[in-house]
Amino acid sequence: MRVSIFQGKTIRLGLAAALVAVVSLSVLAQQGWDTLRKDGIHDPRGPGVKELQEPAEALSKLTKDNTGNQVRWVQALEKGEINPRASIRPDTKIQVYDSDVLLNLKGGMPIVRFPHRQHTLWLDCTNCHDHLFKAETGANKLSMLSILNGEQCGVCHGAVSFPLTECFRCHSVSRPGQAPKPTLPIAIPHGAVPPR
Amino acid sequence: MGAGKLVLTLLFLAALVGAVPPAAAEYADVLLNRRSEKEGMRPVVFPHWFHRIRFRCKVCHAELGFKMRVGGNDFKMSDIAEGRFCGACHNGDIAWAPDKCDLCHSGKRGLPTGIYGGHETGGPGRW
Ligand code: HEC
Ligand code: HEC
Ligand code: HEC
Ligand code: HEC
Ligand code: HEC
Ligand code: HEC
Repeated sequence: MRVSIFQGKTIRLGLAAALVAVVSLSVLAQQGWDTLRKDGIHDPRGPGVKELQEPAEALSKLTKDNTGNQVRWVQALEKGEINPRASIRPDTKIQVYDSDVLLNLKGGMPIVRFPHRQHTLWLDCTNCHDHLFKAETGANKLSMLSILNGEQCGVCHGAVSFPLTECFRCHSVSRPGQAPKPTLPIAIPHGAVPPR
Repeated sequence: MGAGKLVLTLLFLAALVGAVPPAAAEYADVLLNRRSEKEGMRPVVFPHWFHRIRFRCKVCHAELGFKMRVGGNDFKMSDIAEGRFCGACHNGDIAWAPDKCDLCHSGKRGLPTGIYGGHETGGPGRW
């Protein structure tokens, strides 16, 4: 294998291609929920599908999103539409931490605001600290390519939490002089656009 | 492979990913089929959407210690029957007991273990 694959320029090109893929996925935003019989992973002839709950029955009652489970989960929780248990054992310590961290203070995309409060409503500190992120501002080398690769924020986002197609939910703080939601592909760094 | 070719390949793959209609499974559904089918059962479908209405992530991924990696928790039916993993709740107390085989073993045969549901944006490492 040639080492050049790992050099900076190619990584940028890879990032550009990966972002194109992700953005092209978002064009196919779905509407409504498929029935279990037609969802491709349940056995339509098995006895289970007759008894299991259909996603539409439960999810259509919650605050709507246009992606993922088509539910704004944080809002559903905060409005009390759902009340998921935070523990099942009486002695478990439950912690919520209210602090926003701004990430990516140098790049071309709007700054990323990481909100601890919304995360710790759902998650425990140990879900992220310290195996994914050191609990110290600026101590982590984050990158969009790793995220798209299912690491860092991408462990959850793109798998269970809202998907990576929602760029501006993370890149939510515009820089001075920047439109709040710049149109893509402003994100793609110079030199990363493939040759025509 | 030169950088240009690599990028073209990636873009082509990107186009492919974009062209295939999203898998219809509900976002974040997990299918477990390490041993089920080999041992004559349908694979297991674990629906995140259903469980997160009732439990926060921290219950399973901190209190009960499920690692956040599909296939990363090597447990068997005997663990469940003895009250570990799914069996910490599916014990006839917090949720129905493990004797309702078909509710968990409801998957389509032939599918590999993995996370399903359309928006899986795994990136180059996972394509
Ligand atoms: C933290 C507790 C908990 C754990 C752990 C858990 N479940 Fe459940 N599960 C529940 C509860 C509560 C219900 C709803 C029971 C009811 O409706 O009476 C449920 C329901 C289900 C259902 C039925 C959904 C429907 O449509 O009715 C399936 C399938 C299921 N669980 C699979 C699993 C599998 C597979 C695992 C392990 C990988 C697992 N569960 C782990 C609590 C849990
Ligand atoms: C889950 C949150 C999240 C989502 C969704 C997300 N990003 Fe990022 N992005 C980040 C983080 C975190 C960084 C790294 C910040 C740093 O450098 O410390 C980053 C960095 C970047 C960078 C490199 C730094 C820069 O500003 O030039 C680009 C480009 C980028 N993202 C583009 C995108 C695009 C395009 C999308 C939508 C397809 C997107 N991101 C979606 C969290 C996210
Ligand atoms: C979803 C992942 C996640 C969870 C859960 C999480 N953190 Fe963090 N934490 C981060 C990230 C990302 C940073 C930013 C690190 C950086 O700037 O490089 C951070 C930074 C911190 C910092 C340093 C910045 C600050 O706010 O002072 C502290 C302290 C911290 N976390 C404590 C906690 C505690 C306590 C909990 C549990 C109540 C927790 N975190 C839960 C991801 C998480
Ligand atoms: C351990 C899992 C996990 C990791 C890692 C993680 N998140 Fe999240 N994130 C969640 C969950 C769960 C939610 C709730 C919404 C959902 O599930 O769609 C959420 C929601 C959010 C929200 C929306 C909050 C709101 O008010 O709606 C933002 C923004 C966000 N995450 C950014 C990030 C960024 C940036 C990173 C990386 C620095 C990150 N997340 C890493 C699990 C995670
Ligand atoms: C009822 C238990 C339960 C709850 C609640 C739960 N999970 Fe999971 N999660 C699982 C199981 C089981 C797996 C599959 C583990 C395996 O295959 O070994 C899993 C897998 C995952 C994975 C790995 C996906 C991958 O691509 O490999 C992530 C990320 C994840 N969960 C995040 C979350 C987040 C975020 C929440 C809260 C919004 C959550 N989970 C709530 C049980 C749960
Ligand atoms: C709460 C959910 C749940 C219920 C109910 C359940 N199972 Fe399982 N079962 C699992 C999971 C999860 C696995 C591991 C899946 C895998 O990787 O193949 C499993 C695996 C198995 C296996 C593969 C061998 C092994 O030990 O892992 C067999 C056989 C099996 N189950 C039989 C049964 C039978 C028979 C019943 C009813 C008496 C039943 N299961 C009920 C969740 C369940």
